[in-house]
Amino acid sequence: MVEVSAPLEVTGSAAEARPEAIAEGAGGKEIQGRSLGQIAWRRLRRDKVALGGAAVIVLLILVAIFAPLIVAVLGHDPLEFHYDQVDPDLQISPKFFGGISPEYLFGVEPVNGRDIFSRVVYGARISLLIAFFATLLAVAVGTVAGVVAGYFGGWIDTLLSRTMDVFLAFPILLFALALVGIIPDQAFGLQGDALRIVLIIVIIGFSSWPYIGRIIRGQTLSLREREFVDAARSLGARTPRILFSELLPNLVAPILVYATLLIPTNILFEAALSFLGVGIRPPTPSWGGMLSDATHWFQIAPNFMVFPGLAIFVTVLAFNLFGDGLRDALDPRSR
Amino acid sequence: MRSRRKVVAGALGAVAALVLAACGGGNVASSGGSGSGGGGGAADANGVHNPSTEKGGTLRFANSGDWDSLDPADTYYAYSWDFVRLYGRALVTFKPGPGKDGTTLVPDLAESLGKPSDNAKTWTYTLRKGIKFEDGTPVTSKDVKYAVERSLDKTTFPNGPTYFNDFLDLQGYTTPYEDPSPDKLGLKAVETPDDQTIVFKLKSPFSGFDYFAQLPSTIPVPAAKDTGSKYKEHVVATGPYMFEKNDLGKSFSLVRNPNWDPATDPIRKALPDRIEVQLNVNADDIDNRLQAGDLDVGVEGTGVQPAAQGKILADQALKANTDSATVARTWFTVLSESVPPLDNIHCRKAVLYAVDKTGYQRAYGGATGGEIATSLLPPVIPGSEKFDTYPTPNNAGDIDKAKDELNQCGQPNGFTTGISYRAERPKEKATAEALQQSLSRAGIKLEIKPYPSGDYFKLYAGKPDFVKANNLGLLVYGWGADWPDGYGFLAQITDSRTIRAAGNTNLGIKDPAIDGLIDKALVTTDTPSREKIWVDIDKKVMDDAFVVPGVWAKGLLYRPPNLTNVFVTDGYQMYDYLALGTTRK
Repeated sequence: MVEVSAPLEVTGSAAEARPEAIAEGAGGKEIQGRSLGQIAWRRLRRDKVALGGAAVIVLLILVAIFAPLIVAVLGHDPLEFHYDQVDPDLQISPKFFGGISPEYLFGVEPVNGRDIFSRVVYGARISLLIAFFATLLAVAVGTVAGVVAGYFGGWIDTLLSRTMDVFLAFPILLFALALVGIIPDQAFGLQGDALRIVLIIVIIGFSSWPYIGRIIRGQTLSLREREFVDAARSLGARTPRILFSELLPNLVAPILVYATLLIPTNILFEAALSFLGVGIRPPTPSWGGMLSDATHWFQIAPNFMVFPGLAIFVTVLAFNLFGDGLRDALDPRSR
Repeated sequence: MRSRRKVVAGALGAVAALVLAACGGGNVASSGGSGSGGGGGAADANGVHNPSTEKGGTLRFANSGDWDSLDPADTYYAYSWDFVRLYGRALVTFKPGPGKDGTTLVPDLAESLGKPSDNAKTWTYTLRKGIKFEDGTPVTSKDVKYAVERSLDKTTFPNGPTYFNDFLDLQGYTTPYEDPSPDKLGLKAVETPDDQTIVFKLKSPFSGFDYFAQLPSTIPVPAAKDTGSKYKEHVVATGPYMFEKNDLGKSFSLVRNPNWDPATDPIRKALPDRIEVQLNVNADDIDNRLQAGDLDVGVEGTGVQPAAQGKILADQALKANTDSATVARTWFTVLSESVPPLDNIHCRKAVLYAVDKTGYQRAYGGATGGEIATSLLPPVIPGSEKFDTYPTPNNAGDIDKAKDELNQCGQPNGFTTGISYRAERPKEKATAEALQQSLSRAGIKLEIKPYPSGDYFKLYAGKPDFVKANNLGLLVYGWGADWPDGYGFLAQITDSRTIRAAGNTNLGIKDPAIDGLIDKALVTTDTPSREKIWVDIDKKVMDDAFVVPGVWAKGLLYRPPNLTNVFVTDGYQMYDYLALGTTRK
């Protein structure tokens, strides 16, 4: 297979390269160069799997934004109890598969009869909010640290690289468990859910920045030796200009790709924290928290576990597929 | 972890002070209480299922966790106190009998119950003759004294109860391991005038000493075989079974003890030939294997998990093989007087009227999980009375009355406060959510705050400063009695003089009138009038609106068809393990 496929692939990508870089107008139009962004977009558009992932992501974001509206039409208040839907002795809905019906699309929670559909929909808010902002934080810190370490080298590089090593070696889940457990109810002018969300964002963000930092550092190391950087330097550009106008635009592709791939990791991290009881406090719905509650019931009320589990699964899968597609489109060499 | 006796352990130090203050004579013998209800199956008139005298077979137990210790000096779970009697014999024990019969104390190692003298400050027991350890050595009163001595050592044995530490006139004695006397029997508070007689001398009178004598701490230990904290690997048996193999943390097995003489033991049937116990088995797995016939008893005796409960209750055939054991345990929520506006009794009453008790009951598993409680004292405790100081229609709350109380409290629009629960307990979480839901109807908003159960009393709900600083107006917890008796249940949780800086189990019931009543109960020798005082205390707690009583607990126990002689004893509020046999050979 190796002997056969290798030349085939070469010819394939070579044939592909021409129409991508230059658009030959059928009607003898002017030949036009395409920007890197346009090329990437064309590649991405051809990747149906990645587009599917993107569609799901957009849908999830819309669900999170319009959660109150969706719930008002299709469900019930996520905090409202429905004792009438739960058998007082069995503790679960006596109806089919945990009470799945047009009124309760995903059935009801055991014991208190809360609408699982509404809670899954509202759970999307928490999951996406935390995952996005934690990723943003990680990307910001990681990019700055990576570029600085890679560009300046020397003792700055050593210091930053060792710091990353320390963070990577840190048992971050245990640390998070301990930290969230001891944090007071009011801090930094925040309280309740807002404080917990900020805290979890900070914890997740600070635990995942070294992954981005290392990649950016490596890219910067190779970029700073390139001719265009030398050219800028010989033209008298100052360091900030080289960093932000010359290097950073060339780092957008890896940053984008790894940010997309970091989001699902962070969604899982948040779910794990909630599962372990140190995430968002009840009764605010979160997917991990619902899974945690559902473990006691999965034998007789599997719907309680299936739907939040499915939500996590679909979200993580969508981000991973889209992230993979994005990487292929922006950086075909890494395939 | 649910419903285990462990919760009580921290309280006992506190009890000491209280009891020393005032101890009276009198007989604390129990009577009354309800036994097994629910379920069906073949049961004789007394409530014993599958009565049988047939010997043989293997009885298979499983534990979803592990024993705190198999060492009789170092264990504080009800199931462990029930089970330890298979391999050890204490001075007295609870009679193996169904229902309230099981709360009767009967002599075991001793010939009779304790003989008090010196106004119940001195208690004398005479040992039966002919009792031997598993190696054939005769048991003497010195072995009992040594066992009590070593149980005093809370460094080596941190888990056990501290009744002997608190009541014996120790005169500074701490542990036999640092005892200068050659026979290690230097404790002056326990005397052994001859090999059959043992005398306990207390600091102050205590009429209920027989309850102490039934503690596993009085199971004799031969000093020559004692290996300190390693003794739990092979406890030297006096009961009908002895250790065969003990793989700590995984499993152990017991086989017949050839030196146990049935002639010396009127209470043990000792039907099975062999007993096997598996440890750290998933709780849901235990329920499934009980139904599949791969196991005989879930040793913790706290009832099946919610999943199995749903399955069993939906199936009449399975349901017929269950017992609903009424437990001497109440799940309740304390209203913190230290957290405004709950310092105002009307605000506390508003909470009591606004609560939907049916939601509380659902949080603990509905009617199967327990009965809706209207006061602290569980009905299984002898002499307890049922009354309802804050009746509401269908126990679902009365919002009009709650609003009326809020007006009198000066908070007509309600107020916001915190509610704490133990994070690892799903039922307490469900309780907090249900309370939040039902109180919001009256405008009382609750912020839910889970805390780790390991430090719940030491650092969080049991620490008054923390409760106040974090605005924890409602504290969810529960309490179980060490034995079915008003003293054992109420004293630890209602006496305000036991409240310390941290580690409290009285989470905020403060009323000098209640303290006075407790003192009175301890010097009242007449049993019915003393039981009446405990009921008065119970009523006063409700009048003061210090607690929201939630549920008087029950456990749904599943009984595989091959088990014989099965009954729930009120002594331990689970199956009596001395009586069990099996038809499976």
